[in-house]
Amino acid sequence: MIKKGMIFTFLKVSFLLFICAITLYPFLHMIAVSFSANLPVMQGKVGLIPIGFNISAYKEVFQNKMLFTAYKNTIIYVVGRTLIGLLVTSCGAYALTKKHMLFHRFFSLMVVFTMFFSGGMIPTYLVMQKLNLIDTRWGVILINCVSVWYLLLMRTFFSSIPKDLEDSGKIDGLQDIGILWYIILPLSKAAIATIGLFYAVAMWNSFFNPFIYLNSPEKYPLQVILRQIVIANDMKAIEYAGEDAAAMPESIKYATIMVSTIPIILVYPFIQKYFVKGVMIGSVKG
Amino acid sequence: MKAAVIEKPRTAIKKASPIQKKSFIKRFNESKYLLLLFLPCFLYFVIFKYLPMFGIIISFKNYNLYKGILNSPWVGLKYYRMFFENPDSFNIIRNTILLGVYRLFWGFPAPIIFALVLNEVRNNTFKRVVQTISYLPHFISTVIIAGMVLQFTSPRNGFINVLLKNIGLQPINFMVLPQWFRTIYIGSGIWQDIGWSAIIYLAALTSINPELYEAATVDGANKWDKIWNVTLPGIAPTIITLFILNTGKVLDIGFEKVFLLYNPAIYRTADVISTYVYRIGLQNRNFSYATAINMSQSIVSLILVTSTNYLSKRLSETSLW
Repeated sequence: MIKKGMIFTFLKVSFLLFICAITLYPFLHMIAVSFSANLPVMQGKVGLIPIGFNISAYKEVFQNKMLFTAYKNTIIYVVGRTLIGLLVTSCGAYALTKKHMLFHRFFSLMVVFTMFFSGGMIPTYLVMQKLNLIDTRWGVILINCVSVWYLLLMRTFFSSIPKDLEDSGKIDGLQDIGILWYIILPLSKAAIATIGLFYAVAMWNSFFNPFIYLNSPEKYPLQVILRQIVIANDMKAIEYAGEDAAAMPESIKYATIMVSTIPIILVYPFIQKYFVKGVMIGSVKG
Repeated sequence: MKAAVIEKPRTAIKKASPIQKKSFIKRFNESKYLLLLFLPCFLYFVIFKYLPMFGIIISFKNYNLYKGILNSPWVGLKYYRMFFENPDSFNIIRNTILLGVYRLFWGFPAPIIFALVLNEVRNNTFKRVVQTISYLPHFISTVIIAGMVLQFTSPRNGFINVLLKNIGLQPINFMVLPQWFRTIYIGSGIWQDIGWSAIIYLAALTSINPELYEAATVDGANKWDKIWNVTLPGIAPTIITLFILNTGKVLDIGFEKVFLLYNPAIYRTADVISTYVYRIGLQNRNFSYATAINMSQSIVSLILVTSTNYLSKRLSETSLW
């Protein structure tokens, strides 16, 4: 019996260690390569430890003006979308918790239906065109500023707040807007932070919308520029002075990846518990 | 019998009447501030979600930029016929379905297995460390994931090929060989999301009553019996709910990842409906045709999710609506 139990333990621990290893290896490898000299990288000698340690790749990355513009743009989009998204989502979610609201059922159905059906790429593009939102920062911020998932998540959270608190507000003469502002929102700081983070990370990572709705490079966010540096072969848009684009060394590509991902990796250990909480809140009611 | 039949609607009316008595104006007055709060949300959904749905009519028209949506001539089902008669279409439909089905087949059980194994770990620190590490890739953008895949599989010095060389195998040029695309797409997807998708199962696992395990132990059940007869039934509703959601998404192969990974050499297995719509619509500017393709996909997806939901309602009493 003891032996059987030990085999079981051994299997599960090695399975989990294997998962951790294949998750971490690519990141550690990229860090190692980004600090290595070019020759050992080309020979495929670099694994987890940098060979010929140097920071020239990072120096080069930090000289790339496009990357900095893109960084600035991404921050504008993230802040804009998160603020607008949170405002619209929390107001809408609060209204949806009130079953006595006129058209409550109709509004709920209207929101949920968009989870299962959408107009698609081209009609959405035409609407954006009609609104003159193509190639504008507002277009990128507004196109996805409300997510149905997070709207429903927030509604679930708001409806878990005891109703007595709202009633006491009503006795003090507060209207619905006042109740939301003075009672519900202060009690929901954790939920708002969580959903704000969801929005921020989604915007930070979004590629598709900025890619199809923006035409001028000076408005491109990080992800679009990253594609040009790391993926696209046509490197003319990138100003690596005098560098032959086709021969751009791995170390520079990986350094670029690291520079653009480090903000997320650094804050991630602190915020991941909020994300987990967010998923849990959502799972309570399915 | 007759009396009973007549009786029923009457009571129904009586019960309903107090609500009906409230006039529309009174209800409006009671909820005017709520409606005001909902207004931005309403505008967002109307403008960015429902107006595009209205725009689907261009798939029945020969859309012309200068004539606009309303004045372009009707062509009926021309573009739908064009799509289903085009020999290329078969290929992209097959690719989309296969990627979706493989993703469901391999990607759906993976986080369940991961969650079950993690649930067996008694050491809490180890459990938390593994979990935290496994979430990490979820937060990395698709662009970077695709960039990593392309670099790592590079035949020159990507580490996967270096590994193959070190164990004495020939290097493989993964990204120009059509037969590798699906494996790479599904594999990197599982790599990215296994930990994150497991959260919801881990949450469900903590809600299983521990007394059930004690009772099973008393009945002489071993570890496998317990997993099979207590743990799995305990999280079955969660599994079914997520299965319905994921089945609805089978055709929903996102544009981003395929677009970032593919190249003309592997269109044969990599090209999917959304990338095709992008090339036809936004690159070749054939808006009507692209919309017709997209619409065909949306309708099939809607049918898929509705029918899975119906089946699951019949078979297991778990459903989304």
